Amino acid sequence: MKTLTKAALIVLALSAAACTKPDRFANGAGDGMGAGNGIDQSALGSASDPRSPAYFSQTVGDRVLFQVDQSTLTAQGMQTLDGQAQWLLTNSDYLAVIEGHADEQGTREYNLALGARRANAVREYLISKGVPASRIRTVSYGKERPIATCADEGCYSQNRRAVTVISIGSLS
Amino acid sequence: MRKRQLSANFPPDPKPALLLNSKAGQEQMTPVTRRGHKMKTLFKAALAAALLAAPIALFQASAALAQQPLRLTITDGVIEPMPFALPMFTAETGGSDQMAADVSRVIAEDLVGTGLFRQIPQSAFISQMSFGQQPAFADWRAINAQALISGAVAVSGDQIAVKFRLYDVFSGAEMGEGMQFAGTAAGWRRMAHKVADQVYSRITGESGYFDSRVIFVAESGSKEQRAKRLGIMDYDGANVQYLTENGLVLAPRFSPTGDRVLYTSYESGSPRINVLDVATVGRQQIQTAGGEMSFSPRFSQDGRQVIYSLTNGGNTDIWRTDLASGQSQRLTDAPSIETAPSLSPDGSQIVFESDRSGVSQLYIMSANGGDARRISFGEGRYGTPVWSPRGDLIAFTKQNGGYFHIGVMRTDGSEERLLTSVGGGQALDESPTWAPNGRVLMFFRETLGASGGPNLYSVDVSGRGLRVVPTSGFASDPSWGPLQR
Repeated sequence: MKTLTKAALIVLALSAAACTKPDRFANGAGDGMGAGNGIDQSALGSASDPRSPAYFSQTVGDRVLFQVDQSTLTAQGMQTLDGQAQWLLTNSDYLAVIEGHADEQGTREYNLALGARRANAVREYLISKGVPASRIRTVSYGKERPIATCADEGCYSQNRRAVTVISIGSLS
Repeated sequence: MRKRQLSANFPPDPKPALLLNSKAGQEQMTPVTRRGHKMKTLFKAALAAALLAAPIALFQASAALAQQPLRLTITDGVIEPMPFALPMFTAETGGSDQMAADVSRVIAEDLVGTGLFRQIPQSAFISQMSFGQQPAFADWRAINAQALISGAVAVSGDQIAVKFRLYDVFSGAEMGEGMQFAGTAAGWRRMAHKVADQVYSRITGESGYFDSRVIFVAESGSKEQRAKRLGIMDYDGANVQYLTENGLVLAPRFSPTGDRVLYTSYESGSPRINVLDVATVGRQQIQTAGGEMSFSPRFSQDGRQVIYSLTNGGNTDIWRTDLASGQSQRLTDAPSIETAPSLSPDGSQIVFESDRSGVSQLYIMSANGGDARRISFGEGRYGTPVWSPRGDLIAFTKQNGGYFHIGVMRTDGSEERLLTSVGGGQALDESPTWAPNGRVLMFFRETLGASGGPNLYSVDVSGRGLRVVPTSGFASDPSWGPLQR
């Protein structure tokens, strides 16, 4: 059980690290979200280092989940975001891009708007906890970037998410 | 019959004689002159020449066919497909056999693909027929052909000419004028589509839609990291070209004249509206009003303005921007999601999707914004409304109890009709787009799960003739362009 959880965490951390590439948005004409690019392991750091992105994604938690069609933060989501706000206030050289996502039910354009709503709910919560607005950018992916691909609630609940992607650099 | 033919010449068609101006080269449409009657031929040649200078007096199907017995009315009821015979077009020049066969095949595929026509197999024919011969109507009646399409193909270098005549078998009369399309051989499919459009139009009284193109999103790669690029193809999936590199692009829309495409791209890092010139493939981002993303763009009828969704502070509303002046106008102002706008053909109204009631429904407002009235009241969620080019219907996507539908309703929300139904965790239907004649819809059906993906389908507005539009890989977000000139 322990081992399984750990393995899952490592996979999560690796994918989080891949998402931490600061230039991921400069790459739009190519493969969109850096598909097929190398994983930037140097940025991972050690999960035991509380200043590392790995610590952010594993221990603090980089994502919050939403109910169907909703952008209201859950109690659990707020708890995660409290930790994110704390981390961002401590590590003031990091910037945050909040990605809003939706499950594949609902139309493409509606889901794009819904993802924006979710990302904004996270952004506003972080700002209310003292994170400067200038350090936060939002982007909606609608239903374009699922992380779980089965066609039932088990996957859909993971896809209805807002992910806080941290990086050192500038917000384009 | 000769008399009829002549008199049929006179109701003038307002369309200019030069119909085609394709990349494949200039193609002309002219009436075919009947052989074997020298006087008549001379007279008709003179007439044709005169008419080429002025708007050509081509047969106007809807006006002149009213008295014709051969008429197929597209209604909601199930109808028996009309049987037609299409003897392989006559190869008029050496080496044009293959082209004649190809042209004949595409014409038949167009007609059969509508679900309104049935092709009588060649093996059932009692007599064969060369173009220019008077049909042996008794032989065609005997095999129950109602329409007879006869034609010829001539190839000369890289030029081809396609001629055809349409006959009403039971009355033993020609329907409308024979016609000829001429142009470069590379454009042969378009000439076949033009013939099929003429046949369809003369028999149904509706304008055709075969000589049209569709812009779509070609998808590849895993579901988690799908790569998407814009593709353009003939309505039947032929002649695919890709217009952008792989990236993340969404929901393209043709301009009313088919020369430009609006779409949403992540190229800048956030969803932004881009416009692409189809001929040059040049593209640029559109400067919209300020906000974190702009998407869901559609052209106004004159192609000079864009209506779209703009998200600001997480809230999405509908805006309009003039492309030349850059001036923007907010059309909705609500804390709910307002998206997927679609203008009425006269440009006076906008139908759109909003979740202001708590769940997505369809609303209509003035093209200048203001109060909106809800038109969808059935169970479930409604999205992506698209106003028919005829103005009479609104197509939409509907989701209810795990099932997905493409449907149509009248503009007051009455007479809702679901044309498709998929679900149960297997697939979803989305994103309808109208054929230029407002009689057929194309949409995409996406199979679910890790290995699933979208394919394009078309269906008649009555729900008949559901069929896959063949593409080489996954394809979504179709936008049907206008009939080509």
